Amino acid sequence: MSSPVFKIASEPMSITSLNQELRDESAGAYASFEGWVRNLNDSKVVISLEYEAHTAVATSEGEKILVEAIEKFELIAARSFHRIGHLQIGDCAVWVGVSAMHRGPAFEGCRYIIDELKHRLPIWKKEYYLNGNSSWINCQTGNT
Amino acid sequence: MIQVTAKYFAVFREQAGIEAEVLSTSVETAREFYAEVAILHNFSDPVMNCKVAINDELAGWDSVISEGDEVLFFPPVAGG
Repeated sequence: MSSPVFKIASEPMSITSLNQELRDESAGAYASFEGWVRNLNDSKVVISLEYEAHTAVATSEGEKILVEAIEKFELIAARSFHRIGHLQIGDCAVWVGVSAMHRGPAFEGCRYIIDELKHRLPIWKKEYYLNGNSSWINCQTGNT
Repeated sequence: MIQVTAKYFAVFREQAGIEAEVLSTSVETAREFYAEVAILHNFSDPVMNCKVAINDELAGWDSVISEGDEVLFFPPVAGG
């Protein structure tokens, strides 16, 4: 089993390369999740997003979540990154990839990781709207 | 009284108008310290929706703060 790696990334990352890091001869399943920047939230037209993070705490907590998932679902490997900075519509904001012996744990482990990342990491999102306004979003008030 | 550095992020930083400040306080816990800075800067988010870190480590709201600590106030998060 390889050590889990979670990164806060200020530039786009190669998902193809990360996918290769999950490869293992015992792995029969790979599951991944990509969160994309969409153009609509709460009936407002979004033109771009700004992500801010506390990198040290987010990285540490992100790696804890990957370790939890590996132990809980007997994953073979797990990787994830979350982007920071100014992102455009369609950009990949967050990616999670896991490998496991079978598809069940792979799906469940991937779901666990993205759900925990969204609730536990010190990451904040500011939406910029077509009408020129902007707003900080949080899990308590919006469908993030 | 102890001197503690308060650091603000995202919407808290915008509401406070500063990234960090050194404050003198007589409170004991992070929860009480948040109550003080919330009044100072009109933060409206309830403590249960926020997170706190002390010296770059996530901490519980009932953690005791000490002279020279850096207390990081995280508003409601929105990753993903």
